Amino acid sequence: MLNKYPLWKYLMLICVISVGMLYATPNLYGEDPAVQVSGKRGAEVELATVSKVTDALAQANIEVKSSALENGKLLVRLVKPEDQLTAKEIMADVLGSQFTTALNLAPATPAWLEAIGAGPLKLGLDLRGGVHFLMEVDMNAAIAKAKEQMVSDFRSELREEKIRYRGVRENPKANGVIVRFADEETRDAAETFLKPKYNGFLFDDSEADGVYLLTVTMSDDELKQTKNYALEQNITIIRNRVNQLGVAEPLVQRQGAERIVVELPGVQDTAQAKEILGATAMLEFRLVDEKTDVRDAVAGRLPSTSQVYQNREGQPYVLQKQIMLTGDHIVGARSSMDEYSRPQVNIDLDSQGGSKMSRVTKSNIGKPMATLFIEWLPTGEVDAEGKKKLEKHEEIINVATIQAQLGRSFRITGIDNPAEAHNLALLLRAGALIAPIQIVEERTIGPSMGKQNIENGMQAMIYGLTAVVIFMAIYYRAFGLVANVALLVNIVMIVGVMSMVPGATLTLPGIAGIVLTVGMAVDANVLIFERIREELLDGKSVQQAINQGYGNAFSTIADANITTLITAFILFAVGTGPIKGFAVTLMIGIATSMFTSIVGTRSIVNLIWGGKRLKKLSI
Amino acid sequence: MFQILKPGDTINFMRYSKPASLFSALLVVAAIGIMAVKGFNWGLDFTGGTLIEVSFEQPADLPQVREVLAEKGFNDAIVQHFGSSKEVMVRVAPREGIKGEVIGQKILAALKSDIDAGVEMRRIEFVGPNVGEELTEDGGLAILVALACILIYVSMRFEWRLALGSVSALAHDVILTLGVFSLLQLEFDLTVLAAILAVVGYSLNDTIVVYDRIRENFRRVRKGGPKEIVDISLTQTLSRTMITSGTTLFVLVALFVKGGTMIHGFASALLIGIFVGTYSSIYVASALAVNLGISREHMIPVEIEKEGADQEPLA
Repeated sequence: MLNKYPLWKYLMLICVISVGMLYATPNLYGEDPAVQVSGKRGAEVELATVSKVTDALAQANIEVKSSALENGKLLVRLVKPEDQLTAKEIMADVLGSQFTTALNLAPATPAWLEAIGAGPLKLGLDLRGGVHFLMEVDMNAAIAKAKEQMVSDFRSELREEKIRYRGVRENPKANGVIVRFADEETRDAAETFLKPKYNGFLFDDSEADGVYLLTVTMSDDELKQTKNYALEQNITIIRNRVNQLGVAEPLVQRQGAERIVVELPGVQDTAQAKEILGATAMLEFRLVDEKTDVRDAVAGRLPSTSQVYQNREGQPYVLQKQIMLTGDHIVGARSSMDEYSRPQVNIDLDSQGGSKMSRVTKSNIGKPMATLFIEWLPTGEVDAEGKKKLEKHEEIINVATIQAQLGRSFRITGIDNPAEAHNLALLLRAGALIAPIQIVEERTIGPSMGKQNIENGMQAMIYGLTAVVIFMAIYYRAFGLVANVALLVNIVMIVGVMSMVPGATLTLPGIAGIVLTVGMAVDANVLIFERIREELLDGKSVQQAINQGYGNAFSTIADANITTLITAFILFAVGTGPIKGFAVTLMIGIATSMFTSIVGTRSIVNLIWGGKRLKKLSI
Repeated sequence: MFQILKPGDTINFMRYSKPASLFSALLVVAAIGIMAVKGFNWGLDFTGGTLIEVSFEQPADLPQVREVLAEKGFNDAIVQHFGSSKEVMVRVAPREGIKGEVIGQKILAALKSDIDAGVEMRRIEFVGPNVGEELTEDGGLAILVALACILIYVSMRFEWRLALGSVSALAHDVILTLGVFSLLQLEFDLTVLAAILAVVGYSLNDTIVVYDRIRENFRRVRKGGPKEIVDISLTQTLSRTMITSGTTLFVLVALFVKGGTMIHGFASALLIGIFVGTYSSIYVASALAVNLGISREHMIPVEIEKEGADQEPLA
């Protein structure tokens, strides 16, 4: 019969809509004020920690709603928002410096909803306040570093293999090194020896003025890997540093080939965050070259394996170019006082760093070792590509005599004051970066701004929706009401789907996208209803008019929506942050609105008017 | 039954197609001229620099704020009210020798110490200069890619004359919307770029609906030339066009009035775009297709022998 849906279609519709509604429900429960505790390096949150915290809170008369230990993190939910700050202070006091406490708003989703993976919408920073950083890794520095490493590796490997070379130096024109040999046989021997060890490198022979050259260059793949490694390392380090800041739900994410996005919800004081995140300090341990006289070296007479550096007071030292150890082997560093109450930094290395250190210091006991602190500071100039030029500041922060064979733990003394020791330890603890990073974009949204943005968005939605609903009801009467039901279901569906999709975040432009969808979603129904009116005017029967109205309008609706989807996809591909949020809501909105306004309204229409003998239609 | 139009009469749209096309062409030329002369009031996303929005406890005295900032060396700062008299927005261009991300905190500290200790930070944004340049390129590219994809899709679904018509209409809409932004010197930020692409989507929607009808009528209505067919189609879809534009305008006005200052640019771009887009689907897209010589043969499916079977009997 015309305009009757089989039962399964109704069931399917009810099924889809109830799933959407189910996943939208967590948004009704709101959030609990909470304090989150996580352990720093080594320390773990245990059951004993939990009872310690709850006892302390009970003593202070702070009502705790629940406390849960999950994935090594303790989440204490409170009843009153005003208790949140006091609770955090009490907990920080009780737990000491081994733990990080952070304020958090935990979704109050019931357990049965959490069990099916439902949760509230994730809000973008523009809606909940916080700070957003975009950081760029200086790839030129990463490559320069890799070249330096190659030079020192080649030297030691050739020496170990007893292949005599005249010199190894960086190739200024390409990403690689040039090794010089006295004769062809030695060069060929070196090439056969090195080639299998350096798979991703291109080897090239040449001869000039009786010197045999071996040019080794990184292949494109190797270059890409080097850059990738620099980026990955930075991400790891930033993650560590972010964890030290004690922020609930931070986001550290790669963006493209050279950039990192860091989002810290709830953080207002960006100065501290930036000092820790943005510092591009590196640490190198090098031996002091005692054979070369400092005065000769300053005058420029020094071997090519050495270089002159100064300490803070401007006193020059001659250091070997070869690096004993780089800061990326550092796994821990803390400041303390030595027996004479002088500030010092205790350093722990990873096992590889420890054995390297032990090997080098074994044969150099009694010799001075310098700690070189390297910082990249913006010069204020930009290069041809428009990137900020960074200037390398190298400073010897400490020269100490190696007292014994050093292992995985050792200490640096001779630091000016406790504050500096503390600062240095903080930077070292987070590891040292292989390539410097700089902040290229920063956005801070105050908490009141976020709240207001949500409020504004909701208001716009309510006003817009009301206007559309009233208009539809007046213009299309009973059919208008059907369209309005579909419209409301559509909004619930958008919220449900957005809560379900893991990567979807609601941003202010996203809310605008939903509002816009409300305006445009009725378009499908307008097309269908206008068509039905036309068919009725053409003299068709009521049932025929409904059937052909839906049928004829369908291809138009599909075409129109697919083209809008194309633009939404492009927005998604090129946009970042809030714009991506807009694109996502637009795409989801198009999909759900097609469903509700075609299948949804049709089923209601069929249920009410389908198959009946009617002379007139309320349209 | 409420109706915007009385059924029956066909409106002779194409009669005015020549002056309308001329009018559109003039508008496009004027818009390009305005853009060339006045340029855009680029937002922070594109220029780079630092923006800080604060709210004072009392209505803020802008000259005083400017004075305080000038003392700290920010004499180029743009200071203006934002939303209400208590809220102030300060924008500083990127400068050499000082980290951009520090400027925001400096300004906030200066306002707190010299004017009002209760100043509340609403937002601080810093964008590096080369990020902005990339955005401008990516944004322009996004619009071009979108137009190209649409050209391909419409050519596949309809016919190249219609595809060309629709893409010209879209380019027309984008240029005019940009022109208005340039003329009124409205701030052009990232959300505006998103809005422009949404305008492309919307305007296309409109055009596709009309085209669909044109194709259908070419196959169904045997009388009349291309102009008459286009006129009939436009008339038939006119009430739908007006209703949808109407409901979309409702929500956009709501967004503009209630959505807050951060979404103003977005709402304005769409408001302009929807007016232009509705006009262009009639007088640019359809008129151009007619002028390109669209005719019945272009619309009839290749399998001619099957054609009669699925046609309605003619009245």
